[in-house]
Amino acid sequence: MSEPIEVTHRESSVLRISVRTAAIMLAFTLVFTAMMAGTYKATEPLVAASALAEKLRLIGEVLPPGGYDNDLMADSIILPRQIILGLDDETRIWRARKGGMPVALVFEAAALDGYSGRISLIQAVDADGRLLALRVTAHKETPGLGDYIDPKKDKNKTRPWITQFSNLGFDTVPRKKWRVKKDGGRFDQMTGATISARAVTNASGRALAWAVEHRDKLFALPANSRFEESKP
Amino acid sequence: MSAYKEIAWNGIWKQNTILAQVLGLCPLLAVSSNLVNAVSLGLATIVVMMLSNFAISALRALIPYEIRIPVFILIIAALVTVIDLAFNAFLHDMYLVLGIFIPLIVTNCIVLARVEAFAAKNGLRAATLDGLVMGIGFVWVIALLGAVRELIGQGTLFSGIEMIFPTLSGFQILPVEYPGFLIAMLPPGAFFVLGLLIAGRNWLDARANERMREQRTHHQVEHATSAPA
Repeated sequence: MSEPIEVTHRESSVLRISVRTAAIMLAFTLVFTAMMAGTYKATEPLVAASALAEKLRLIGEVLPPGGYDNDLMADSIILPRQIILGLDDETRIWRARKGGMPVALVFEAAALDGYSGRISLIQAVDADGRLLALRVTAHKETPGLGDYIDPKKDKNKTRPWITQFSNLGFDTVPRKKWRVKKDGGRFDQMTGATISARAVTNASGRALAWAVEHRDKLFALPANSRFEESKP
Repeated sequence: MSAYKEIAWNGIWKQNTILAQVLGLCPLLAVSSNLVNAVSLGLATIVVMMLSNFAISALRALIPYEIRIPVFILIIAALVTVIDLAFNAFLHDMYLVLGIFIPLIVTNCIVLARVEAFAAKNGLRAATLDGLVMGIGFVWVIALLGAVRELIGQGTLFSGIEMIFPTLSGFQILPVEYPGFLIAMLPPGAFFVLGLLIAGRNWLDARANERMREQRTHHQVEHATSAPA
């Protein structure tokens, strides 16, 4: 590295040094920004392909691929920001059909009241209004305590906590009972880590109620259109 | 001791980033709740430290002294971004597990500290070696911290390894009935364990110094007695 520049009192040299230093800083910024932009451009298709594969994998976890015969990626609609589902951004709803008949809706939701903030969920709700399956896609719950909501971290490998929601609808568990046992509901929670379970349970109940309410419209909308809540 | 040996000894023990310099606590405390996470972050940190030390040592003649810090930060941030993107594109499965740790490395001031204190003043080979050994010094301490916290906190070791190597699985060290000890998993537990590790290092160093002093006085005594009266 070059040594500190001696400060002279001649104004012209101060100016020259300032300009030179600024130019060097600019050059470094340009070179390294170009390097980042180049890498971004070069990796963009690969990253997008991985993101799509990841999305399909997540959908596959809540909806078995054999149950439908349409192209989920093509048959999806745009869901604008939904406060009730805990979603801050625009997301998509994927619609599974078999022989043209509605099978299930797959969509994301989130619980904002986890022990450490947001818990992101994905779920499939079938045409009869039952929650086929529910999975946690991202969370920051305490490791070893609240993270059992993610079946990968659940110590009960044969029957992870999150699977108790599978195939339930409001016909078997009334809306009022769609809570953890501690709140007088139907669903188990681990002692000492109720908050994570309560957040997921309540969010799944809200998501299911929302899907049941709007399911006819959600299935009927043309592909790639936007879902707009009808004003009463 | 040769110069390279001294660099290695400094990185691993004498000027250990955590135990002696106590730098980079943010990622250290955030990620050391289990062994697998700790080692993953540590390995990613080694890569970044080697690359940033190498890059800055190579460019050191071009960087004016007055603006060295912004240039260093620019270079480190650019390198981490490139590593992050490359990881995402070419090692996607591993990225899903380790990806969250890569941006965390930017918050580790040890990277900037080594660049400023060492790489900017030394040749390519010495600077890269310094990045490597400082990284190794970081890895072994964060691994130890992660192992202790995981063992005390949930009675296991290597839990979560199946996300990196699907064929392996973690070990249950303490009985399954072990109820766990929550505080070890939370940030206060990290501070407690870190404090004990630093105390342990100071104790070892104090003992080594004591021995050296004893040996020296012993020598002097021998010298004095063997001297002609």
